[in-house]
Amino acid sequence: MPEVELRKRVVIVEEIFHEGGPVAEKPLCRAAALTVIRNPFAGRYVREIAGFMEDLNPLGLEMAKLLVEALGGEAKAIEGYGKGAIVGQYGELEHGALWHVPGGYGMREILGNAKAIVPSTKKVGGPGTRLDVPVTHINASYVRSHFDSMEVGIADAPRGDEILLALVMTTGPRVHARVGGLKASEIKGEDGLR
Amino acid sequence: MKSKIRKLVTFVEETRTEMGKTVTPPTRRAAAAAVIENPFAGRYVEDLSELMEIGEELGALLAERAVAALGISGPSAESYGKAALVGENGELEHAAAILHPKLGTPVRKVLGKGAALIPSSKKRGAPGVALDIPLGHKDAAFVRSHFDGMEIRVNDAPRANEILVAVAVTDSGRPLPRVGGLTKEQIKGEDGLR
Repeated sequence: MPEVELRKRVVIVEEIFHEGGPVAEKPLCRAAALTVIRNPFAGRYVREIAGFMEDLNPLGLEMAKLLVEALGGEAKAIEGYGKGAIVGQYGELEHGALWHVPGGYGMREILGNAKAIVPSTKKVGGPGTRLDVPVTHINASYVRSHFDSMEVGIADAPRGDEILLALVMTTGPRVHARVGGLKASEIKGEDGLR
Repeated sequence: MKSKIRKLVTFVEETRTEMGKTVTPPTRRAAAAAVIENPFAGRYVEDLSELMEIGEELGALLAERAVAALGISGPSAESYGKAALVGENGELEHAAAILHPKLGTPVRKVLGKGAALIPSSKKRGAPGVALDIPLGHKDAAFVRSHFDGMEIRVNDAPRANEILVAVAVTDSGRPLPRVGGLTKEQIKGEDGLR
Protein backbone atom coordinates (compact mmCIF):
# COMPACT_ATOMS: atom_id res chain seq x y z
CA MET A 1 0.00 0.00 0.00
CA PRO A 2 1.10 3.63 -0.57
CA GLU A 3 3.09 5.59 1.95
CA VAL A 4 1.25 7.90 4.38
CA GLU A 5 2.05 11.50 3.37
CA LEU A 6 1.37 14.16 5.99
CA ARG A 7 0.78 17.77 5.01
CA LYS A 8 -0.27 19.34 8.25
CA ARG A 9 -1.07 18.65 11.85
CA VAL A 10 -3.29 20.64 14.21
CA VAL A 11 -3.80 20.19 17.93
CA ILE A 12 -6.69 21.95 19.66
CA VAL A 13 -7.14 22.01 23.44
CA GLU A 14 -10.25 23.35 25.17
CA GLU A 15 -10.29 23.99 28.91
CA ILE A 16 -13.80 24.59 30.19
CA PHE A 17 -14.32 26.23 33.58
CA HIS A 18 -18.09 26.63 33.57
CA GLU A 19 -21.04 27.07 31.27
CA GLY A 20 -23.13 29.52 33.23
CA GLY A 21 -23.28 27.37 36.38
CA PRO A 22 -20.85 26.85 39.26
CA VAL A 23 -17.15 26.88 38.31
CA ALA A 24 -15.89 23.29 38.13
CA GLU A 25 -13.38 22.19 40.75
CA LYS A 26 -11.40 20.56 37.96
CA PRO A 27 -11.98 22.10 34.53
CA LEU A 28 -13.10 19.77 31.75
CA CYS A 29 -10.42 19.49 29.08
CA ARG A 30 -10.99 18.28 25.56
CA ALA A 31 -8.26 17.87 23.00
CA ALA A 32 -8.31 17.03 19.31
CA ALA A 33 -5.40 15.88 17.17
CA LEU A 34 -6.00 16.45 13.46
CA THR A 35 -3.73 15.22 10.69
CA VAL A 36 -4.12 16.05 7.02
CA ILE A 37 -2.84 13.28 4.75
CA ARG A 38 -2.86 12.73 1.00
CA ASN A 39 -5.67 10.43 -0.09
CA PRO A 40 -3.84 7.81 -2.16
CA PHE A 41 -7.14 6.66 -3.69
CA ALA A 42 -8.51 10.09 -4.72
CA GLY A 43 -10.05 10.57 -8.14
CA ARG A 44 -10.78 6.98 -9.06
CA TYR A 45 -12.43 3.82 -7.78
CA VAL A 46 -9.93 1.50 -6.17
CA ARG A 47 -11.26 -1.88 -5.19
CA GLU A 48 -8.63 -2.96 -2.66
CA ILE A 49 -8.05 -0.28 -0.06
CA ALA A 50 -8.07 -2.18 3.24
CA GLY A 51 -4.30 -2.65 3.34
CA PHE A 52 -3.93 1.10 3.96
CA MET A 53 -5.38 0.64 7.46
CA GLU A 54 -2.21 -1.03 8.59
CA ASP A 55 -0.12 1.78 7.14
CA LEU A 56 -2.12 4.23 9.27
CA ASN A 57 -1.47 2.40 12.55
CA PRO A 58 1.73 4.33 13.44
CA LEU A 59 -0.11 7.59 12.80
CA GLY A 60 -2.97 6.55 15.11
CA LEU A 61 -0.47 5.78 17.82
CA GLU A 62 1.40 9.06 17.35
CA MET A 63 -1.80 11.12 17.45
CA ALA A 64 -3.01 9.34 20.60
CA LYS A 65 0.32 10.11 22.27
CA LEU A 66 0.05 13.76 21.24
CA LEU A 67 -3.40 13.96 22.83
CA VAL A 68 -2.30 12.50 26.15
CA GLU A 69 0.58 14.98 26.18
CA ALA A 70 -1.72 17.87 25.33
CA LEU A 71 -3.94 16.87 28.25
CA GLY A 72 -1.16 16.81 30.82
CA GLY A 73 0.79 13.64 30.06
CA GLU A 74 -1.12 11.13 32.22
CA ALA A 75 -2.99 8.41 30.33
CA LYS A 76 -5.10 7.69 33.41
CA ALA A 77 -6.55 11.21 33.29
CA ILE A 78 -8.36 10.36 30.04
CA GLU A 79 -12.04 9.50 30.50
CA GLY A 80 -13.66 10.00 27.11
CA TYR A 81 -12.72 9.48 23.48
CA GLY A 82 -13.92 9.66 19.90
CA LYS A 83 -12.67 9.75 16.33
CA GLY A 84 -13.65 10.98 12.91
CA ALA A 85 -12.59 11.76 9.36
CA ILE A 86 -13.38 14.28 6.64
CA VAL A 87 -12.65 13.04 3.12
CA GLY A 88 -11.84 15.64 0.43
CA GLN A 89 -14.15 15.88 -2.57
CA TYR A 90 -12.16 13.57 -4.88
CA GLY A 91 -12.43 10.76 -2.38
CA GLU A 92 -15.26 8.57 -1.14
CA LEU A 93 -16.78 8.02 2.27
CA GLU A 94 -15.29 4.53 2.34
CA HIS A 95 -11.82 6.10 2.46
CA GLY A 96 -12.82 7.75 5.75
CA ALA A 97 -13.79 4.33 7.07
CA LEU A 98 -10.14 3.30 6.78
CA TRP A 99 -9.56 5.30 9.97
CA HIS A 100 -11.79 3.15 12.21
CA VAL A 101 -9.24 0.48 13.00
CA PRO A 102 -5.99 2.49 13.23
CA GLY A 103 -7.61 5.38 15.12
CA GLY A 104 -9.11 3.04 17.68
CA TYR A 105 -5.95 0.94 17.88
CA GLY A 106 -3.79 3.99 18.62
CA MET A 107 -5.95 5.19 21.48
CA ARG A 108 -6.41 1.77 23.05
CA GLU A 109 -2.71 1.13 22.87
CA ILE A 110 -1.96 4.36 24.76
CA LEU A 111 -4.88 4.19 27.21
CA GLY A 112 -4.25 0.58 28.21
CA ASN A 113 -7.41 -1.36 28.65
CA ALA A 114 -10.12 0.93 27.26
CA LYS A 115 -13.17 -1.28 26.81
CA ALA A 116 -15.84 0.79 25.09
CA ILE A 117 -16.26 1.10 21.36
CA VAL A 118 -14.78 4.39 20.11
CA PRO A 119 -17.69 6.47 18.79
CA SER A 120 -17.06 7.92 15.35
CA THR A 121 -18.37 9.97 12.51
CA LYS A 122 -17.22 10.79 9.01
CA LYS A 123 -18.19 12.74 5.94
CA VAL A 124 -17.03 14.06 2.60
CA GLY A 125 -16.44 17.80 2.52
CA GLY A 126 -14.40 20.75 1.32
CA PRO A 127 -11.70 22.76 3.08
CA GLY A 128 -13.03 24.31 6.29
CA THR A 129 -15.78 21.71 6.73
CA ARG A 130 -16.57 21.20 10.41
CA LEU A 131 -16.96 17.78 11.99
CA ASP A 132 -18.69 17.10 15.30
CA VAL A 133 -16.66 14.25 16.74
CA PRO A 134 -18.78 12.21 19.17
CA VAL A 135 -17.29 11.35 22.55
CA THR A 136 -18.22 8.66 25.09
CA HIS A 137 -16.65 7.13 28.20
CA ILE A 138 -13.62 4.96 27.41
CA ASN A 139 -14.78 1.97 29.46
CA ALA A 140 -18.57 2.06 29.37
CA SER A 141 -20.50 3.57 26.48
CA TYR A 142 -23.63 4.15 28.59
CA VAL A 143 -22.08 6.58 31.08
CA ARG A 144 -24.48 9.46 30.51
CA SER A 145 -22.32 12.24 31.96
CA HIS A 146 -19.62 11.54 29.37
CA PHE A 147 -21.78 11.70 26.23
CA ASP A 148 -20.12 14.69 24.63
CA SER A 149 -18.67 15.93 21.37
CA MET A 150 -16.06 18.31 20.05
CA GLU A 151 -16.34 20.33 16.89
CA VAL A 152 -13.16 20.34 14.82
CA GLY A 153 -12.02 21.59 11.43
CA ILE A 154 -9.16 23.26 9.57
CA ALA A 155 -9.65 26.27 7.31
CA ASP A 156 -7.54 24.91 4.42
CA ALA A 157 -8.24 21.18 4.70
CA PRO A 158 -9.14 18.72 3.40
CA ARG A 159 -8.28 19.66 -0.15
CA GLY A 160 -9.84 17.48 -2.84
CA ASP A 161 -7.17 14.81 -2.71
CA GLU A 162 -6.72 14.78 1.06
CA ILE A 163 -8.22 13.19 4.15
CA LEU A 164 -8.44 14.94 7.51
CA LEU A 165 -8.11 12.37 10.30
CA ALA A 166 -9.26 13.25 13.83
CA LEU A 167 -8.88 11.79 17.31
CA VAL A 168 -10.43 13.37 20.41
CA MET A 169 -9.89 12.74 24.11
CA THR A 170 -11.54 14.34 27.16
CA THR A 171 -10.74 14.36 30.87
CA GLY A 172 -14.17 14.17 32.42
CA PRO A 173 -17.93 14.61 32.28
CA ARG A 174 -19.75 17.56 30.71
CA VAL A 175 -19.02 20.53 32.91
CA HIS A 176 -22.51 20.74 34.44
CA ALA A 177 -23.64 17.11 33.86
CA ARG A 178 -26.93 16.55 35.67
CA VAL A 179 -29.32 14.41 33.65
CA GLY A 180 -28.90 11.17 35.58
CA GLY A 181 -28.18 7.80 33.99
CA LEU A 182 -25.25 5.47 34.58
CA LYS A 183 -22.48 7.18 36.53
CA ALA A 184 -18.76 6.72 35.93
CA SER A 185 -18.50 5.47 39.53
CA GLU A 186 -20.99 2.66 38.79
CA ILE A 187 -19.16 1.13 35.84
CA LYS A 188 -18.64 -2.64 35.92
CA GLY A 189 -16.27 -2.38 32.99
CA GLU A 190 -16.74 -5.85 31.62
CA ASP A 191 -18.61 -5.48 28.35
CA GLY A 192 -17.62 -1.94 27.36
CA LEU A 193 -21.22 -0.84 27.74
CA ARG A 194 -21.97 -0.53 31.50
CA MET B 1 -8.46 38.14 37.97
CA LYS B 2 -10.71 40.80 36.54
CA SER B 3 -11.63 38.62 33.56
CA LYS B 4 -14.39 36.09 34.08
CA ILE B 5 -13.14 33.26 31.90
CA ARG B 6 -15.56 30.54 30.83
CA LYS B 7 -13.21 28.68 28.58
CA LEU B 8 -9.63 28.66 27.26
CA VAL B 9 -8.74 27.10 23.92
CA THR B 10 -5.35 26.62 22.28
CA PHE B 11 -4.65 25.72 18.67
CA VAL B 12 -1.34 24.53 17.26
CA GLU B 13 -0.77 24.06 13.53
CA GLU B 14 2.28 22.43 12.00
CA THR B 15 2.70 22.41 8.21
CA ARG B 16 4.98 19.71 6.86
CA THR B 17 4.37 19.85 3.13
CA GLU B 18 2.81 22.34 0.74
CA MET B 19 2.06 21.47 -2.90
CA GLY B 20 3.99 18.27 -2.43
CA LYS B 21 7.15 20.09 -1.31
CA THR B 22 8.57 19.32 2.09
CA VAL B 23 8.65 22.29 4.45
CA THR B 24 11.93 22.19 6.42
CA PRO B 25 11.67 22.82 9.25
CA PRO B 26 7.87 22.59 9.41
CA THR B 27 6.18 25.96 10.00
CA ARG B 28 4.36 26.20 13.31
CA ARG B 29 1.87 28.65 14.71
CA ALA B 30 -0.23 28.69 17.84
CA ALA B 31 -3.22 30.67 19.01
CA ALA B 32 -4.51 30.90 22.56
CA ALA B 33 -8.05 32.16 23.05
CA ALA B 34 -10.13 33.07 26.09
CA VAL B 35 -13.91 33.23 26.20
CA ILE B 36 -14.80 35.92 28.74
CA GLU B 37 -17.92 37.57 30.03
CA ASN B 38 -18.53 40.99 28.48
CA PRO B 39 -19.18 43.23 31.51
CA PHE B 40 -20.84 45.85 29.30
CA ALA B 41 -23.07 43.61 27.18
CA GLY B 42 -26.51 44.98 26.39
CA ARG B 43 -25.95 48.62 27.41
CA TYR B 44 -23.94 51.66 26.43
CA VAL B 45 -21.13 52.38 28.87
CA GLU B 46 -18.93 55.41 28.28
CA ASP B 47 -15.87 54.42 30.33
CA LEU B 48 -14.31 51.21 29.02
CA SER B 49 -11.32 51.10 31.37
CA GLU B 50 -12.41 47.78 32.93
CA LEU B 51 -12.05 46.13 29.53
CA MET B 52 -8.63 47.71 29.06
CA GLU B 53 -7.46 46.11 32.30
CA ILE B 54 -8.95 42.80 31.20
CA GLY B 55 -6.92 43.19 28.01
CA GLU B 56 -3.74 43.63 30.04
CA GLU B 57 -4.42 40.43 32.01
CA LEU B 58 -5.27 38.45 28.91
CA GLY B 59 -2.20 39.69 27.03
CA ALA B 60 0.07 37.95 29.53
CA LEU B 61 -2.07 34.82 29.95
CA LEU B 62 -2.65 34.19 26.25
CA ALA B 63 0.90 34.98 25.11
CA GLU B 64 2.27 32.60 27.74
CA ARG B 65 -0.13 29.88 26.66
CA ALA B 66 0.60 30.29 22.96
CA VAL B 67 4.35 30.17 23.50
CA ALA B 68 3.98 27.14 25.80
CA ALA B 69 1.86 25.40 23.16
CA LEU B 70 4.71 25.80 20.67
CA GLY B 71 7.18 24.56 23.26
CA ILE B 72 9.58 27.44 22.58
CA SER B 73 11.05 30.27 24.62
CA GLY B 74 9.33 33.65 24.21
CA PRO B 75 12.27 35.30 22.43
CA SER B 76 12.33 32.52 19.78
CA ALA B 77 8.88 33.54 18.57
CA GLU B 78 8.98 35.17 15.13
CA SER B 79 5.59 36.68 14.44
CA TYR B 80 2.45 37.60 16.31
CA GLY B 81 -1.09 38.90 16.04
CA LYS B 82 -4.22 39.53 18.10
CA ALA B 83 -7.96 39.60 17.54
CA ALA B 84 -11.29 39.75 19.32
CA LEU B 85 -14.78 38.60 18.44
CA VAL B 86 -17.60 40.32 20.35
CA GLY B 87 -20.89 38.52 20.97
CA GLU B 88 -24.06 40.04 19.57
CA ASN B 89 -24.97 42.06 22.69
CA GLY B 90 -21.62 43.84 22.70
CA GLU B 91 -20.05 46.64 20.76
CA LEU B 92 -17.05 46.66 18.42
CA GLU B 93 -15.54 49.28 20.71
CA HIS B 94 -15.41 46.63 23.46
CA ALA B 95 -13.00 44.64 21.30
CA ALA B 96 -10.97 47.79 20.73
CA ALA B 97 -10.77 48.43 24.49
CA ILE B 98 -9.40 44.96 25.11
CA LEU B 99 -6.95 44.89 22.22
CA HIS B 100 -5.43 48.30 21.79
CA PRO B 101 -4.61 50.20 25.00
CA LYS B 102 -2.96 47.60 27.24
CA LEU B 103 -2.81 44.09 25.78
CA GLY B 104 0.41 44.59 23.81
CA THR B 105 2.86 45.36 26.62
CA PRO B 106 2.49 42.04 28.48
CA VAL B 107 2.61 40.16 25.15
CA ARG B 108 5.94 41.83 24.35
CA LYS B 109 7.21 41.05 27.82
CA VAL B 110 6.56 37.34 27.25
CA LEU B 111 8.28 37.46 23.84
CA GLY B 112 11.33 39.39 25.03
CA LYS B 113 11.06 42.09 22.38
CA GLY B 114 8.41 42.99 19.84
CA ALA B 115 9.35 46.27 18.24
CA ALA B 116 6.65 45.97 15.57
CA LEU B 117 3.00 46.87 15.82
CA ILE B 118 0.92 43.82 16.74
CA PRO B 119 -1.40 43.35 13.76
CA SER B 120 -5.02 43.00 14.82
CA SER B 121 -8.57 42.39 13.68
CA LYS B 122 -11.94 42.52 15.34
CA LYS B 123 -15.57 41.86 14.58
CA ARG B 124 -18.94 41.13 16.08
CA GLY B 125 -20.49 37.77 15.45
CA ALA B 126 -22.32 34.66 16.53
CA PRO B 127 -20.94 31.57 18.25
CA GLY B 128 -18.75 29.58 15.90
CA VAL B 129 -17.93 32.48 13.60
CA ALA B 130 -14.41 32.29 12.16
CA LEU B 131 -11.90 34.83 13.44
CA ASP B 132 -8.91 35.57 11.20
CA ILE B 133 -5.95 36.71 13.28
CA PRO B 134 -3.47 38.68 11.16
CA LEU B 135 0.20 37.86 11.67
CA GLY B 136 3.32 39.95 11.18
CA HIS B 137 6.98 39.71 12.21
CA LYS B 138 7.37 40.82 15.81
CA ASP B 139 10.39 43.03 15.30
CA ALA B 140 9.98 44.34 11.75
CA ALA B 141 6.53 44.73 10.24
CA PHE B 142 7.89 44.74 6.66
CA VAL B 143 9.30 41.21 6.71
CA ARG B 144 7.30 39.88 3.78
CA SER B 145 7.74 36.16 4.48
CA HIS B 146 5.88 36.62 7.77
CA PHE B 147 2.75 38.39 6.49
CA ASP B 148 0.23 35.71 7.32
CA GLY B 149 -3.00 34.93 9.13
CA MET B 150 -4.48 32.18 11.25
CA GLU B 151 -8.14 31.26 11.34
CA ILE B 152 -9.63 30.05 14.59
CA ARG B 153 -13.14 29.33 15.76
CA VAL B 154 -14.83 28.02 18.88
CA ASN B 155 -18.20 26.52 18.08
CA ASP B 156 -19.97 27.63 21.28
CA ALA B 157 -18.44 31.09 21.60
CA PRO B 158 -18.90 33.95 21.83
CA ARG B 159 -22.38 33.73 23.31
CA ALA B 160 -24.28 37.02 23.10
CA ASN B 161 -22.78 38.36 26.35
CA GLU B 162 -19.26 37.10 25.78
CA ILE B 163 -16.07 38.12 23.99
CA LEU B 164 -13.56 35.76 22.40
CA VAL B 165 -10.03 37.19 22.71
CA ALA B 166 -7.08 35.60 20.93
CA VAL B 167 -3.32 36.00 20.67
CA ALA B 168 -1.37 34.12 17.98
CA VAL B 169 2.38 33.44 17.97
CA THR B 170 4.56 31.59 15.43
CA ASP B 171 8.09 30.27 15.21
CA SER B 172 8.18 30.78 11.43
CA GLY B 173 6.72 32.56 8.41
CA ARG B 174 4.66 31.11 5.55
CA PRO B 175 5.57 27.56 4.47
CA LEU B 176 7.22 28.36 1.11
CA PRO B 177 7.79 32.15 0.97
CA ARG B 178 9.01 33.34 -2.42
CA VAL B 179 7.58 36.75 -3.16
CA GLY B 180 10.69 38.69 -2.20
CA GLY B 181 10.74 41.74 0.04
CA LEU B 182 12.58 42.25 3.30
CA THR B 183 13.85 38.96 4.77
CA LYS B 184 14.18 38.23 8.46
CA GLU B 185 17.98 38.10 8.10
CA GLN B 186 17.95 41.77 6.99
CA ILE B 187 16.06 43.09 10.03
CA LYS B 188 17.58 46.05 11.81
CA GLY B 189 14.89 45.92 14.47
CA GLU B 190 15.09 49.52 15.52
CA ASP B 191 11.88 51.15 14.33
CA GLY B 192 9.62 48.11 14.28
CA LEU B 193 9.28 48.38 10.53
CA ARG B 194 12.53 47.11 8.96
